[in-house]
Amino acid sequence: MRRTEADEVRLDRAFAALADPVRRGIIARLSRGPATVNELAEPFDITLQAVSKHIASLEQAGLVTRTRDGQKRPVHLAPAALEELTAWIDGYRLVHEQQFRRLDAVLEKAKEKKQS
Amino acid sequence: MTNALTVTAPEGLPFIDFTREFDAPVTAVFEAHRDPDLFRQWMTGDGFEMELDAHEFVSGGRWRYVHRDGNGEYAFHGMFHTVRENEFAIQTFEFEGLPDVVSIESLTFVDLGDGRTRLEGHAVYPTLEARDGMVSSGMESGMSSGYDKLEALLSSTKVG
Repeated sequence: MRRTEADEVRLDRAFAALADPVRRGIIARLSRGPATVNELAEPFDITLQAVSKHIASLEQAGLVTRTRDGQKRPVHLAPAALEELTAWIDGYRLVHEQQFRRLDAVLEKAKEKKQS
Repeated sequence: MTNALTVTAPEGLPFIDFTREFDAPVTAVFEAHRDPDLFRQWMTGDGFEMELDAHEFVSGGRWRYVHRDGNGEYAFHGMFHTVRENEFAIQTFEFEGLPDVVSIESLTFVDLGDGRTRLEGHAVYPTLEARDGMVSSGMESGMSSGYDKLEALLSSTKVG
C-alpha cells in the first residue's frame, strides 16, 4: 500500500499525461485493442505529427507501449500502468465514502419529510 | 458539496480512524444508525444486496448482516456493547469468513450546532495483520470502483 517516491513520480506523470483530452481519447481507443498511429489519428482534427507527439508522451508516462511489427508499429495499452493509476484510490476509504454519501441522501430525505 | 472523509491507518498500531461531517442534526445522524430501515438504506451499495438479520442498536443488542453480490455471500456480525443516544456507540465487528478476528469499533456523534454533526470512528483490531487485511480487502472492491471511474472518465471523451 505504501508508495515509493519513484511510484509517486510515475503517478504524477501518468495523471499529467491523462490531463489532455486527445490523449484520453487515444487511451479510450486503445482500451478496445491496439492501433496504428494512423488509426489513432483518424477521429482527431490534428496532424499526424501532433498525434505522434501525444503518443510519445503517453509512452513516456508508461501508459502505452509500441511493438516492432514491421512498418506499422501498433500502439498498445499498458494495463499494469493503468492498474497502478487506479490503485491509488484507497479502497477502504472509497467504500466508506460511498456509504457516507448514501447516508447524506438518507439524512436529506429525512429533513424533507420533516419539513413537509 | 460533499463533506470530506478523513481515514487514517497509523503505522505500527492496529487502528483505523475516520472523521466525517454531515449537514444534519445529531439526532438525525443517530437515528440513521439506530433505525434498521434507514441503516439498511445507506449500507446497501451498488452491485450488492444487503440482508439485515438483526440490528438492535441498544447497549447489549446484537447485529448481523449479509452482503450478496455475483461472487457470493459475506456475512458480518457482532454486539453493540454500549449505545448512548445521540452521543456514542461501541460495538464488536466480525467477518464470518474470518472467524475469531474481532475488532472493536467506537463511533462518537459530535453535535457541531447549526444542524451539523461530526462522526468520529475508531476501530481497534487484534493484530496489525488483521487491520491491514481489512484495509486491503476493501482495497479490491475499491479498485474495481476505481476502474469504473476511470472507465467513465475515458468514455466521456468522444472517440469517433
